[in-house]
Amino acid sequence: MAGNIKDEILHDHNHDGIDRRGFLKCMAWAGTGAFCVMQGGVLKSYSMSRLAEMNPRDMKGELSFVQISDSHMGFNKPANPDVAATLQAAVDKINALSAPPEFLLHTGDVSHLSKPEEFDSVEQILKSASAKDVFYVPGEHDVLNDDGKQYHERFGKAAQEGGWYSFEKKGVHFVGLVNVMNLKAGGLGTLGHEQLEWLEKDVKHLKSSTPIIVFAHIPLWTVYPEWGWGTEDSAQALSYLKKFGSVTVLNGHIHQTMQKVEGNVTFHTACSTAFPQPKPGEAPSPGPMKVPAEQLRSVLGITDVSYVAGQHALAVVDSTLA
Amino acid sequence: MRRSVFIASLIATGVLSLGGVVARRGSFTASAQEKLASTAEVKIDNFSFGPTAITVSVGTTVTWINRDDIPHTVVSTEKVFKSKVLDTDEKFSYTFTKPGEYPYFCSIHPKMTGKVVVQ
Repeated sequence: MAGNIKDEILHDHNHDGIDRRGFLKCMAWAGTGAFCVMQGGVLKSYSMSRLAEMNPRDMKGELSFVQISDSHMGFNKPANPDVAATLQAAVDKINALSAPPEFLLHTGDVSHLSKPEEFDSVEQILKSASAKDVFYVPGEHDVLNDDGKQYHERFGKAAQEGGWYSFEKKGVHFVGLVNVMNLKAGGLGTLGHEQLEWLEKDVKHLKSSTPIIVFAHIPLWTVYPEWGWGTEDSAQALSYLKKFGSVTVLNGHIHQTMQKVEGNVTFHTACSTAFPQPKPGEAPSPGPMKVPAEQLRSVLGITDVSYVAGQHALAVVDSTLA
Repeated sequence: MRRSVFIASLIATGVLSLGGVVARRGSFTASAQEKLASTAEVKIDNFSFGPTAITVSVGTTVTWINRDDIPHTVVSTEKVFKSKVLDTDEKFSYTFTKPGEYPYFCSIHPKMTGKVVVQ
């Protein structure tokens, strides 16, 4: 695609004159998913757009699932006037996988305004996915107005009263945490004393060789405190997971892909299926980023996670919708 | 005789009350005008309250209006007032009847904070 394509600022929402094309190139790359190869305890990942070229053997595992996040059903502003369509596109991509994932993880902000019809829409759309089980954790947009009562009735039946829960799949221990309740002025996400106590007990008797996957909406590491991108008491939660050889944390909330490795823990945030948000500090606020319509799908994505038995860490993959 | 005195006193009370109402209405009009003048507006945009801190007089009605493309709330940290979720262009108003400092925040994005000082 050579030639003089004029850079155009279509929506200078932040009046900062940032070179959109350069920025979007980075976002598109981030949306496609980082290709990382890890050996002996280090994360492996495969790009969804490159799956066709890959040796199927490398992609096979005893357990694979897909992470989607931040569908914001009900959002209808210029950043994406049709979030249902982009969520459906994410489902189509899931259905195009050669082996259907065992289940889906939704890391929150299912709805935009906690409305019943918004929750309904997402459930309907996800019904058409090849994976029939969906595990959810709430985002702050899911617990408006009623302290999360509606969300909990729909998605939290198997959970503890506070909405947190754990389950096992093929020897992998999954923990769903809630860090969007009782937020304090000026604060970050919070887990709270009760949930932390539960978590300590929940993992106490597991063998240290058990792979652990923790999923929660707001990142469990401090990505950017100025925008509330972090969890105040996550350090305590992570201290209960010190003994495990493989810990992966999957989060949403920031609408972009980021990864961080800290000791035995790999943190991974997923793109939103609805709209992208700016990188930390690259805009005055973390609001929906408007991108030219044809670029929108390349900055949204889903995450594909595979677990291959015998390896320490999980393979985490992000793919874009394009 | 007693009855007429009774009725007369009723009428008298009625006249007095009416008079009282008329008098009060006069002052009511004046304070209604005062109230019209005592309004203030806070715009919510780009994940912030603008102005972040405002100072108003007792009796002022402050109206928050959301100009952002994301919903926000207005929640007093001391639980004095609490809006429902405000989508774009939705408003919330509160009339401050007592002097004091009223810090508040957005319960969805708690890093957004503001303050109303009532004098």
